[in-house]
Amino acid sequence: MNFLDSIRIALEQIRVQKLKSFFTLIGVIIGVMFLVAVVSIVEGLNKKIEVDFAGKFLGVNTFNVRRFPDIQVGDVTEAEWREWTHRPPITVQDAEAIRDALPPDAEWAIHDAQRVPGQSEYVHGGPRVLAEAVTLSYFTIKDLGVSKGRLFSAQEDEMGTPVLVIGTDVAKDYFPNLDPIGRELKLKGVSFRVVGLLEKQGTSLGFNFDNQVLGPFKSAMSRVTEARRTIYGIVVKAPNSAALTEIQNQVREVMRRRRHLHPDQPDNFVFETTQSAFAAWDKIKQFLVLAGIFLPAIGLVVGAMVIMNIMLVAVAERTREIGIRKALGARRRDIRRQFLVESSTLSVVGALIGIGFGYGISFLMELVNFQTTVAPWSIVLSVLVGAGVGIAAGTWPAIRAARLDPIAALRAD
Amino acid sequence: MSPTTSEHGLSTTAERQAVTDLPGATPSKEWVIVTRGITREYDMGGEVVHALRGVDIAIRRNEYVAVMGPSGSGKSTLMNLIGCLDTPTAGEYWLNGELVSAMADDDLARVRNREIGFVFQTFNLLPRASALANVELPLVYAGVPSAERKRRAAQALEKVQLADRMDHRPNELSGGQRQRVAIARALVNNPAILLADEPTGNLDSTTSEEIMRVFEALSRDGQTVIMVTHEADIAKHARRVITLFDGHKSSDEPQVKFVARAAT
Repeated sequence: MNFLDSIRIALEQIRVQKLKSFFTLIGVIIGVMFLVAVVSIVEGLNKKIEVDFAGKFLGVNTFNVRRFPDIQVGDVTEAEWREWTHRPPITVQDAEAIRDALPPDAEWAIHDAQRVPGQSEYVHGGPRVLAEAVTLSYFTIKDLGVSKGRLFSAQEDEMGTPVLVIGTDVAKDYFPNLDPIGRELKLKGVSFRVVGLLEKQGTSLGFNFDNQVLGPFKSAMSRVTEARRTIYGIVVKAPNSAALTEIQNQVREVMRRRRHLHPDQPDNFVFETTQSAFAAWDKIKQFLVLAGIFLPAIGLVVGAMVIMNIMLVAVAERTREIGIRKALGARRRDIRRQFLVESSTLSVVGALIGIGFGYGISFLMELVNFQTTVAPWSIVLSVLVGAGVGIAAGTWPAIRAARLDPIAALRAD
Repeated sequence: MSPTTSEHGLSTTAERQAVTDLPGATPSKEWVIVTRGITREYDMGGEVVHALRGVDIAIRRNEYVAVMGPSGSGKSTLMNLIGCLDTPTAGEYWLNGELVSAMADDDLARVRNREIGFVFQTFNLLPRASALANVELPLVYAGVPSAERKRRAAQALEKVQLADRMDHRPNELSGGQRQRVAIARALVNNPAILLADEPTGNLDSTTSEEIMRVFEALSRDGQTVIMVTHEADIAKHARRVITLFDGHKSSDEPQVKFVARAAT
């Protein structure tokens, strides 16, 4: 009850003096608010980048077998670059060997791509499009669907029928105000028939996903993308994240065997995974999170000093109460604990308000279309930090209170 | 029985015996309080003030004693020492068989909690707490669990006829009622002594009489009561009156004698 009593006293004080309490706690409130807000912004960015990259560039539980890293944040040395360009190309045979080694529940697709000029009879010229030669399972792996028309069929995939599924921007650029389905689009002079319109994909990190056209790999599309030189990538999707590593090991084994690599030779191909692509982003994120912790720390230090001051005043105002408690048998540690609990309660309440404001900022950011995610760990951290600030701020006043001479304290008014 | 006060100011040989036992000897069980040459000096900016200059007192269980004296006589100092709020500069203070004068801070807190029930002139109730919560306070520091605390506090309030005022805060109570809450609080932990410091100082004469009747009843029930006062009218309710003057005990006599002397 002594413990609960102290909490009750602290809450009562906040209730009675709302404005004063607000100013007392403003340092903690601002500190925690920024902590929660900055972390939510960083986490939001993180989620956006990871979801976009994982979803659009790579796909969940998916990895690309490539000649050399394509998504690469950070510096590449001259020597590295030279080694990469000397690597053997990725071939259709590689892709087939990989397919044969995969467990039945894993999925597999060939993906080759090149930026090429388009041509239609409805417009003059038009921007380049990203031509992609893919096998049918590419759509399932990347979770691509059509808003109009259809994907190409298994038969068209197998036969290499010259059909296309096009992005919304391509439709706008080459078939303005027209239904593109059934119409003809020429790529590098080769003509294809549009059978489907992709759902709007949007852009990610400046990359436009609505500017793509996808055709069967076995069609003339692979000539358009010059797949003979090297295939851009073989896409493999594991049924779940647990199987991913195992499948990667199998694929690595296949590739190394095909290329007759000795055990002491490094791979002359890469696996592009979410993790490998985001090593650099992780570094940036760490820096941002550190900043998000350092800035609030300033607010919290100021907050701690204000609370300490308020607690010293409280000790002075309640000297007589301390005297009474001591006369009735309170030991030093009882008095100390009472004031520590009180200052911690104050500070935790400030932290809770700060969390509320942090949510508010996060909500406002959402309103202006900036994705944020309030991290649960930042909430837990805020409450702990709140309690910590309270204890740090309350220690000196509590010690002073505990040391009061009961006789003098009883005489105080 | 020795008819007059001795050099120690003690009225009976038994008391003299209790005090003049060898220093350090534990007083026998009948004595709830024994002080041997208790001295308190204060250092006031280099100047030593002798508040108590060696006072010997022996009080039995169930005695009702008033400590009198003009201001500056040392009675407040004595009351602080008896109440374990302060420790003597020299001399021994035995309370209920324990040598309190040698104790450290936290032990004194424990003794105050278990052995002493304070009643103050200004009541000293916590203003924001209900009567019940105020009475509970000593039990909180005694580590009594909540349910039992409430039960015992309620019982103590019933004893002082305040069963219907338990949830009132001090500012909703009259002076007499406040002092009765304070008495309930003082008694709730069954202390060895009830120590009252000018208990009627802030009360009118009618209410003072009412409080004196409470003390009387408590004393009849076997409670040891020690009351510090400068009012002879109040002191005469006690059955024994100790008078201090200039840091010394100047008299220590039964109430009858005190009244007779005061009349002359």
